Amino acid sequence: MQLTNRAKVLEKKPMTLAERAYLPAIFQGLSITMRHFFMKKATVRYPEEVRPFSAFFRGLHVLKRDEQGRERCTACGLCAVSCPAEAITMVAGERKKGEEGLYREEKYAISYEINMLRCIFCGLCEEACPKAAIYLQADKMAPPRYERDEFIYGKDRLVEPVSPDERSVRGIQLTPEQADTLRARIV
Amino acid sequence: MLELPALGWQSIVIFVVFALSLLIATYCTYAERVIAAFLQDRVGPDRAGPYGLLQPLADAVKMFTKEEFFPGGANKVLFVVGPCLAMITALMSSAVIPFGNTMSFGNNAFFLQGIEVNIGMLWIFGVVSLGVYGVMIGGWASNNKFSLLGAIRAASQNISYELAMGMSLIAVLMISGTLSLREITLQQSVAGEWQMWNIVKQPIGFLIFLVCAFAETNRTPFDLPECETELVGGYHTEYSSMKLGLYLFSEYVNIFVVSAVMSVLYFGGFNFPFQYELRDWFINSQSWELNSAQNLITLLGTVGLFLKIFAFIFFFMWIRWTLPRFRYDQLMRLGWTILIPLAVFNIVLTGALILFGVI
Repeated sequence: MQLTNRAKVLEKKPMTLAERAYLPAIFQGLSITMRHFFMKKATVRYPEEVRPFSAFFRGLHVLKRDEQGRERCTACGLCAVSCPAEAITMVAGERKKGEEGLYREEKYAISYEINMLRCIFCGLCEEACPKAAIYLQADKMAPPRYERDEFIYGKDRLVEPVSPDERSVRGIQLTPEQADTLRARIV
Repeated sequence: MLELPALGWQSIVIFVVFALSLLIATYCTYAERVIAAFLQDRVGPDRAGPYGLLQPLADAVKMFTKEEFFPGGANKVLFVVGPCLAMITALMSSAVIPFGNTMSFGNNAFFLQGIEVNIGMLWIFGVVSLGVYGVMIGGWASNNKFSLLGAIRAASQNISYELAMGMSLIAVLMISGTLSLREITLQQSVAGEWQMWNIVKQPIGFLIFLVCAFAETNRTPFDLPECETELVGGYHTEYSSMKLGLYLFSEYVNIFVVSAVMSVLYFGGFNFPFQYELRDWFINSQSWELNSAQNLITLLGTVGLFLKIFAFIFFFMWIRWTLPRFRYDQLMRLGWTILIPLAVFNIVLTGALILFGVI
């Protein structure tokens, strides 16, 4: 039965002397490998050399503060609902008197945890947030760790530090030059 | 004949050759990994020390600290003897290789060679063919089917290819008329004609020798004795720790020795182009003494020989990461039905050329 017209009869010719001698084929192979010897290497020597991030890379999360340094998050839970990997959990609490400088709304997150082993860095939490509180940073990644519980990031590691000097050193941070080139590409 | 200074000199040379073969074998492991990586667009080990140069040290520490394992039912004595024998035979064969010409101090002249014997080539052949005992005994003593199969393969492969290798050498002997490696080297420098290296006279013989050298050292594409995909690890399946290290090490020492032998037999050994012109230039234009000029040429020649050896070692590795392994029947067919008849033809051809005075 013929299904298409593309069928091809395979011709098995007897090998020529050059093919049987095998040596030309060996030299061909040697020349190919020698070409690869001088080619540019694919390896990235990781800790010393960082691959360029994409301009819209979605890295480690951050919980932003507003202009007066108050936490923006009101623990509405939309991020947790939108999360396809179910990586986000939070406990909501009521703001006490005298805490107006710490939290922007009357309701805030007492605890806010993201499991970085579950997270797929899709950015849906960022899109769902009505308070512009959670963002996925373009210049920071969740680093490898030895223990599973170290991957559950609490507020201590997620909330943006008040002053830039106290930036968390726990994530993998781009150098200022790398961040600058990245910013230039985004704009 | 041997006086005390000569003996002292000889022991120094032997010690240096011993140390050098170990050092070169050590760095062969590093070179193998780097070359393999480069041929595959990678960079290879670069973490231990600058450019990963301390990697062999790290490997040695790893090897020494691993568990010494004896498989159940293994013959313990032979199990230890196997790798020792492989290592000893590998190191012994470098004794007769002339690593340089004469060094002269005052009225004393010394050879840069472990022992100068007039049967150098036979010595190498004898010792190299002993080397298969290390593999054979180790494979047998392991009490393991895979090891035994690997050992049997090694034995039959070595015997098959030794025939063709010996016959390709006979052609060289017909030209040179001597078994002494030193004599053969010196003949290749006659009247400063470096073009008269034996490779020019013996291209077919060299090709046969090269192929057989790959088979004798159990290197890809003839590495059927270890053949990971079929035999787990071949004859060293059951070996661990430094006993395995000795086996792997002896392979690299063998490569070094066989590269040296090829350089000596076919590529002029310690001769290099324009050596006599260079020596005469030092004597006439720079007004050096004959002895110091000759010593300088000798040292340069030694460096040249090592460059040739390194080129061959690189070639061994280049081939290893290019060609796939032969099938066993293909290996035997190549050895018996192609290489041996070709070697016989080469002998006849050489004889005819000598008879008609061409070479």
